[in-house]
Amino acid sequence: MGAFIVQFLTGLSDAASLFFVAAGLSLIFGVSRVVNMAHGSFYMVGAYVAYFVVSFLPKGIFTFWSGIIIAALAVGVLGVIIEILLMRRLYKAPELFMLMATFAVLLVIADLSLWLFGAEDKIGPRAPGLDGSYNIMGALIPQYDIALIVVAPLILIGLWLLLNKTRWGILIRAATEDRDMLAALGVNQKWLFSSVFFLGSCLAGLGGAIQLPKGGADLLMDLNVIATAFVIVVVGGMGSIGGAFLASVLIGELSSFGVLVLPQSTLVMMFLVMAVVLIVRPYGLLGKPEAEEHLPPELVESPLRPAPLKFRLVGLGVLVVLILLPFFAGSFQLVLFGEIAIFALACMSLFFMMGPGGMVSFGHAAFFGGGAYAAALLVHYTNSPMELAIALAPLCMGLLALIIGWFCVRLSGVYLAMLTLAFAQICWSIVFQWSGFTGGDDGILGIWPAKWASNEVVFYYLTLLVSIGGIMILRYLLFTPFGYTMRACRDSHLRPDSIGINVKRQQWFSFAVAGVFAGLAGGIYVFSKGSVFPTEMSISRSFDILLSVLLGGVHSMSGPLVGSTVFIWLEHQISQIPFYKWGLQIQPWRLILGGIYILLVMAFPQGIAGYFGRRFEGTFSVNK
Amino acid sequence: MQQVHNGIAILIPMENRQDRHILSLKDVNTFYGKAQILFDMSLAMSRGEVAVLLGRNGVGKSTTFKSIIGLVVPKSGSIYFKGEEITGLPPYKVCSMGLGYVPEDRRIFTGLTVMENLEVGRRLPREGFEPWTSERLFELFPNLRGLGKHLGGQISGGEQQMLTIARTLMGNPEMIILDEPSEGLAPVIVDQLANTIRNLKENKVAVLLAEQNLNFARRICDRVFIIDHGRVCHESTMAGLTGDVCEMYLAV
Ligand SMILES: Nc1ncnc2c1ncn2[C@@H]1O[C@H](COP(=O)(O)OP(=O)(O)O)[C@@H](O)[C@H]1O
Ligand SMILES: [Mg+2]
Repeated sequence: MGAFIVQFLTGLSDAASLFFVAAGLSLIFGVSRVVNMAHGSFYMVGAYVAYFVVSFLPKGIFTFWSGIIIAALAVGVLGVIIEILLMRRLYKAPELFMLMATFAVLLVIADLSLWLFGAEDKIGPRAPGLDGSYNIMGALIPQYDIALIVVAPLILIGLWLLLNKTRWGILIRAATEDRDMLAALGVNQKWLFSSVFFLGSCLAGLGGAIQLPKGGADLLMDLNVIATAFVIVVVGGMGSIGGAFLASVLIGELSSFGVLVLPQSTLVMMFLVMAVVLIVRPYGLLGKPEAEEHLPPELVESPLRPAPLKFRLVGLGVLVVLILLPFFAGSFQLVLFGEIAIFALACMSLFFMMGPGGMVSFGHAAFFGGGAYAAALLVHYTNSPMELAIALAPLCMGLLALIIGWFCVRLSGVYLAMLTLAFAQICWSIVFQWSGFTGGDDGILGIWPAKWASNEVVFYYLTLLVSIGGIMILRYLLFTPFGYTMRACRDSHLRPDSIGINVKRQQWFSFAVAGVFAGLAGGIYVFSKGSVFPTEMSISRSFDILLSVLLGGVHSMSGPLVGSTVFIWLEHQISQIPFYKWGLQIQPWRLILGGIYILLVMAFPQGIAGYFGRRFEGTFSVNK
Repeated sequence: MQQVHNGIAILIPMENRQDRHILSLKDVNTFYGKAQILFDMSLAMSRGEVAVLLGRNGVGKSTTFKSIIGLVVPKSGSIYFKGEEITGLPPYKVCSMGLGYVPEDRRIFTGLTVMENLEVGRRLPREGFEPWTSERLFELFPNLRGLGKHLGGQISGGEQQMLTIARTLMGNPEMIILDEPSEGLAPVIVDQLANTIRNLKENKVAVLLAEQNLNFARRICDRVFIIDHGRVCHESTMAGLTGDVCEMYLAV
């Protein structure tokens, strides 16, 4: 009985920090419509700042809590600085570009944190005065956990009062509903946005700082917490602080008891809870249905015509060059171009569901990396031949996409995207944690092509065949009735229903098709690398794919192709920079990539291909 | 030299305008993307008037209002409020100069209570005018009295329309522009609305309406601008509006 109560209380105390993070995320999104990926970074920075401040100050109850508060405020200031320097310039840009910018910030902060805080995990200091334990019917619970259980509801009440009883809170709630009307009533939104970024970031910082004595600080906190925060926001209901609280408690309790039952089961339980909640209440526990789910306007209005002749000639030219490449390029170039082709297929599959399908995924690496793992596991455990593995990988991912998609298509817009990220993170965790089966962090090695394809030129051609074949099939699909129906569903949720199209089912199938082709890309990828690691399924990889598509622009099919080429080329260029010469131990590629993204977002808010497409509209359009 | 002369030549009438006109538009051209909606729209409204933009659906009345308040930015032309140019200013600046806007789709904050909706609109009092309070507004809109704690989404369409006007008045504007306020309201409510607008005039608030409903406009307006195809094609006092003009431009 005692153990049971203690487990329950532990769950409640775990919920506290999750609640702070999720509430901050929800507040910021509600007002500014920014899905702030950097929110996870704020949480991490909060933990580190608290660590250093608390270690620096003399020991004591007062200084400990001052340290926590200083950390939260410092993170709040960091949030405002980022809002003013970066986000403020982008509010007019498409929502997805703001997302891209916040992810770039996440990358930059990740490398800066490594540099500033060091690679070692930090073990949090005990909270003075709360370092003992209470005995509950024979089981012990740390006093600090009890403190957290008290603090969380206090913050909840504080937030509730702030939002309901102050003019600022009323304006925030009004802004969440209708920003334009608020402006037309004479409210200057600049300070409102900055202040909400401050509060939201403070909450993230507080979440990170306050869990320090329990969980310490490490460099993986940023992405780990963002996935959980997304789950909480989706389960609790977007924009509902009370819902975030309930959902945090639910998730906290689940992890707490899950560990008792079966340590590996916690993630699966989270998945099940999310599934049940979404089936029963699609808008989350306390969420309200959005009056009108708005799709980012940049996704609509892309009529997608077959490419004009000149454009096709360019494509043909590129294809000829690719085919002739082995005759004049070295093996290094072959590998690079093979990689570009594979990545282009992955990007194309995401474009397929995003552009024409109108469903944004933040977790496409689940299918790309998943395909790689499927193929690798087949080879590893059943010794299946390469051809079979490459053929089965997309099928497996199609199945996975059917499962994940079934949940995701119940939502739309940002909620759908958050859910894809949550699922992808769950898949990643399973691969990462189930080391007995998947090799865990060590990955699976020794997955080489079949003998006939082991020659690098032959393998290059095989890669081209699979990738370009996949891309052509996706393109073909877009101009079949399937593709037309897909776009009809994207552009109106009402009309297709009335002419007898089942919108959800159509979206579900499109989701699955995207999964199949991402899986195909992953399947061939693993043979080109010879190995696969969990990073291929990570959030970072998902964003590599997503940002490449956004870079290229979602308006035309050339977008993902251009974007993926630029991305791999950039990655290659960065890896060539001789940082070791300047005494750097590690390649700060995230910093550089993040910096480049930020510059690109500022310079081309429509995407590269979108930009040039518009610029040279005259050159490439037929008779317009 | 020539230019300076021209400059002065333009400036002088402008100064005059400042005295007489509270709001004026000069050759405003507004586009949505590539589609031009307003074509050299020009109009001037005197202080102390209740005026109406009258025109069929889709002729650009709402776009005119959005251009004035700053929700869309005209490609060319100028808009003056109290003699100061407001073209292209963001809505909150135009609003803080004393111009209130009531959009046609009402846009009540449905998750906020009636009182909170009023609070959102509240701005500092204007010198020389008694500030609007919720109490004064409840006198003007008796239907809203007692609904203070109700959510904006739970009250009737007519009450919502009253609330949008009340909410805008909380900003103590010198002038309000009302986009099709009578649309979709029951006749009794329309009568109340007419009374309210007359009341506003007595309170020294200038009013510019957009309407398709000639009968409603006729009851309250002093001046009428007939809009067609994004320009003013007829201007007169309400009394001077003749039947053939109505027949030509309005769906009567
Ligand atoms: N956001 C918009 N984008 C594109 N066209 C619009 C938009 N809003 C209105 N229009 C078009 O502009 C024209 C004028 O609209 P509007 O100003 O609302 O007319 P009114 O208020 O007189 O009925 C209409 O043809 C309408 O279709
Ligand atoms: Mg209108």
